[in-house]
Amino acid sequence: MAGDDDEAVRAAVRQAVSVSVATGLYGVSFGALSVAAGLSIPQTAALSLLMFSGGSQFALVGVVGAGGAAGAAIATAGLLGVRNGLYGPQVAPLLGVHGWRRLLAAHLTIDESTAVGTAQRSNAAARAGFWWTGAGVFVLWNAFTLLGALLGDALGDPRTYGLDAAAAAAFLALVWPRVAGRGARLARTVAAAAVVVALAATPFVPAGVPVLLAALVAVLVGMLVPPSDEPTATTPAGPTRDRASGATEGRAR
Amino acid sequence: MSDAALWVAVVGAGLVCLGIKLVGHLVPEHWLAQPRVARTAALVTVALLSALVAVQAATSGRDLVVDARLPALAVAAVALALRAPFVLVVVLAAGTAALLRALGMP
Repeated sequence: MAGDDDEAVRAAVRQAVSVSVATGLYGVSFGALSVAAGLSIPQTAALSLLMFSGGSQFALVGVVGAGGAAGAAIATAGLLGVRNGLYGPQVAPLLGVHGWRRLLAAHLTIDESTAVGTAQRSNAAARAGFWWTGAGVFVLWNAFTLLGALLGDALGDPRTYGLDAAAAAAFLALVWPRVAGRGARLARTVAAAAVVVALAATPFVPAGVPVLLAALVAVLVGMLVPPSDEPTATTPAGPTRDRASGATEGRAR
Repeated sequence: MSDAALWVAVVGAGLVCLGIKLVGHLVPEHWLAQPRVARTAALVTVALLSALVAVQAATSGRDLVVDARLPALAVAAVALALRAPFVLVVVLAAGTAALLRALGMP
């Protein structure tokens, strides 16, 4: 029995290491895009240390690069960070920590650590998966962000190297797992509507606001369309659980 | 944005994101377990990322523009459909735009 537990923990740690390396590597692209958008190297490093959430970080430098105000940048990054808040109730019962360890656990609660932690069968493996993934991604993400910022700073005009196109591609890669596949019809509709709203609003409102207007579309659809329209929510027994495991599969890289 | 305003954005957004994570660990579980809340949060993420793709690929200031970024985005989409890893997708898009600009496309 103890041998099975040890093996499950070792498997979780191996999974954590491979996810950490894969995720840490794309910190290079974040660092380069951040300095291309106009942030300094210390600001770029501070963002990875303090915010530590890839999607929100890309969003903040995207709004800054487009000429948006600080308020729009904070609102966009915060809205993209809401999903991390929803991971808390999934991982907190697995970890059972209090005090400063709870603050640390919250900071390390991201897509990857939640996915690896909640995918384990035993509690010991879940804890190992969460902490090793969280710590591994944190160390590598910050190291590679700094490397990317130094490289990006040395390159010069970002357009010559296509870094502005790389920013668009990075957002496409982040949204792809959420709109691909059969269960994502509603998500694809919302994505299309968001593109139309953002482009239609661009000539008329300050930079950064079109993205927030697109979020408003999603809030209206999410609150108004009956859940039965979504294939993943048709089973009355534990729809949240179904969606959580579906999201975990979608996030797995 | 000025350097000071950038620091406000960086530190402000960082604290907001950390605060949201902490709230998730502190609120009673059933508060966030409602299907509509979880689904709306997922859709907001999709909408924000999709809008950012559009703004990054097809706008410049308040103008809608078509330049080397759009074909680069198409290359990224093909790479994603073929299940290429994140870093490769980003590098292919940058390479496409850099090549097209070297050939004279805006």
